[in-house]
Amino acid sequence: MAETVAYRQLGGPSTRFWGLLALLAIPLALGAVSYFYMEHYGHIVTGMDNQIVWGMPHVFAVFMIVAASGALNVASTASVFGKTAYKPIAPLSALLAVSLLVGGLTVLVLDLGRSDRLIVAMTHFNFTSIFTLNVFLYNGFIIFCVVYLWFMLERRMNRYAKVVGMGAFIWRLMLTTGTGSIFGFLVAREAYDTAILAPMFIVFSFAYGTALFIPLLLATCCWDRQPIADELLARLKNLLGVFVAASLYFVTVYHLTKLYMTQYDDFERFVLLDGGVYTFLFWVGEIALGGILPLILLFRPRTSRRAIVAACALVVLGGLAQMYVTIVGGEAYPQILFPGMIESSSFFDGVVHPYTPSVPEVFLGLGGVALAATIVVVVLRALALLPARLDQVPQA
Amino acid sequence: MSSEDGLSRRGFLAISAAALGGVMLAPGIRLIEIAAARAPDQPASSKVRWGLLIDTNKCQTGCDDCVSACATENGIKSSGHPRTDSQWIRKIELKDMRNGRTHSVPVMCQHCAEPPCVLVCPTGASFKRADGIVLVDRHICIGCRYCMMACPYKARSFVAQELTDQKPDVPRGKGTVEGCTFCVQRVDRGQQPACVDACTKAGHNAMTFGDLNDPHSEIAQRVAQYATTAIRADLRTDPGVRYQGL
Amino acid sequence: MSLRGLLQFAACLALVLPALAFASERTPKPDIVIANPGHCVEPTEIMRRNHPQMLFHQRDLTMHEGIRTTKYSLERCVACHASKTTDSVLGPKGFCQSCHAYAGVTLDCFECHASKPELATGTSQ
Repeated sequence: MAETVAYRQLGGPSTRFWGLLALLAIPLALGAVSYFYMEHYGHIVTGMDNQIVWGMPHVFAVFMIVAASGALNVASTASVFGKTAYKPIAPLSALLAVSLLVGGLTVLVLDLGRSDRLIVAMTHFNFTSIFTLNVFLYNGFIIFCVVYLWFMLERRMNRYAKVVGMGAFIWRLMLTTGTGSIFGFLVAREAYDTAILAPMFIVFSFAYGTALFIPLLLATCCWDRQPIADELLARLKNLLGVFVAASLYFVTVYHLTKLYMTQYDDFERFVLLDGGVYTFLFWVGEIALGGILPLILLFRPRTSRRAIVAACALVVLGGLAQMYVTIVGGEAYPQILFPGMIESSSFFDGVVHPYTPSVPEVFLGLGGVALAATIVVVVLRALALLPARLDQVPQA
Repeated sequence: MSSEDGLSRRGFLAISAAALGGVMLAPGIRLIEIAAARAPDQPASSKVRWGLLIDTNKCQTGCDDCVSACATENGIKSSGHPRTDSQWIRKIELKDMRNGRTHSVPVMCQHCAEPPCVLVCPTGASFKRADGIVLVDRHICIGCRYCMMACPYKARSFVAQELTDQKPDVPRGKGTVEGCTFCVQRVDRGQQPACVDACTKAGHNAMTFGDLNDPHSEIAQRVAQYATTAIRADLRTDPGVRYQGL
Repeated sequence: MSLRGLLQFAACLALVLPALAFASERTPKPDIVIANPGHCVEPTEIMRRNHPQMLFHQRDLTMHEGIRTTKYSLERCVACHASKTTDSVLGPKGFCQSCHAYAGVTLDCFECHASKPELATGTSQ
């Protein structure tokens, strides 16, 4: 039956480890400084204003939260769907999921206008708000991942790992539905107000999570010069390819539907044709670099590891572009108060709203990424989560 | 006519005229009077629903009496950064693309009966008071700006920098979201919002404020008599602000 | 000295030193300046202990129900307690701030609320 997997800690000389931490400390420190700067002076020092209320921090944060849920996918495939080939790397998947979620949430919380009132957000709940539901979903996800990790690693709890894995799988579907619905439930903007955003975000999460997991796996094996079976990598890259294709499908359906509906004609023209940076990021970033090119790289007959890593990087970049188009582009297009009328006012009604990401915002977002990376690195060194052997794939 | 007849014809005419005048003026007195101030220790009641009727036929491009009055009453100062400065009310200049007809429309928080901003607020800071006024409880607002994403009318502003010299009646602070309050501090004293007051005092009379639930109030009578529209009525948010002339 | 002995000495010191601090003249004490003579709305001891709860309760009543009784109105507190020299409850000798600085408790109210009473020329109550 399933043989017990041996796990190990991240190896190598401590100088290399501390060197890596020192490197990560730089974006962490810059993120912290940016947070204090923004909190002290107010959001006037950022590029966000009354027109673009959510900017770069949210692009990073939502991307990381969506990727977090997808990063658990590999572990789910092992426990829930019984693909024992993935069992050795399941704990790493769970760790990446938790780290990405913590990193994304940190950026989100630090961007609040009153971040000192986090305790208020934890004690005052409005249950019609998807944000409130997300508080429970995100915290529940962290608890699920931690328990899941425990059950995977402690031998006598192994038999319960499947149940917890199933629970975690369903939970993260709920979580990503909640994240997509943050936008999907809003009637106020042309880009949102659609139920498809929830399943679209779920499929995005599969793609982004896997695209972050594969390079992490390769990096940990490279760090310790541990060989990985080609077959394992091949299965992972095929998974990623399927998810990228599915993402393209959902994006196509979203736009085809809005194109069909006359009321969205102007909005679709904005995104697809004359939206400037948003059009560029959509076609070049989201579709070409984030979709078509990775598919070509992943499904060529003989894909090198370099090509796989390149495809992963492209999917991540495409994902960030997609978040930018969805979040910032959705806000840049003006809200329609009077359909059929040209609007103008001192409050910037009726015009496309410009947005320039400011340095503090970008550093805050990158700080969250660095936080996720730091958690992964530190926990991998402290606990035995990496598989001892990956050069042979256990047959199902 | 001699005066010893008791009620002379002149007397009769005078009394009748006075009575007739009284009967005619009484509704007028009712028209001018806004619902009397609620006692301070009484909570706001759902028997009342505050509403605002704006006749855009009487709004001129270039007139911003309502906007200035709001800024004065609520202590909103320009900081030289129009993109981040708060605007609780603004004039939107409209042009109908089909026929070129123009309108000048004051737009503020619509104080919806089904406010999307209240639905999405994670802490419940954005709430609807019993009498229909939609407010932000800045004690529990965490500044997430989700209500600003959710509002179809772009009614809310985010305070992006430190504020000093707030009006004692109108607390406002950095890091929280704010919007038109129907001058709740005035309404609770039995007065009208500052914009309505200014518009009336200037003689434009484009704005009427009152209790939509009171069938005798001017606004209720006007809304029942004339066709009025709501902005984005298709969204079914049931705004408390109605417009004529659009 | 053994490690145990050292730790015991350090523990005694940690317990004793704060008492020494209170005895010292260098401890900053709040500078409570009563701007207007007379009584507050409640006795001093009750105000000192309970004013946070009173303010929280009143703010919910005013905010959510529109109850604007004047007894616990923050505006009236400020109007009465504002310093005669600076016209504010903030500042080093401000009524609110001096005590809050001493106690090390964040004073969040005046991020939004005016720390100065309304001028006579403004809209009156």
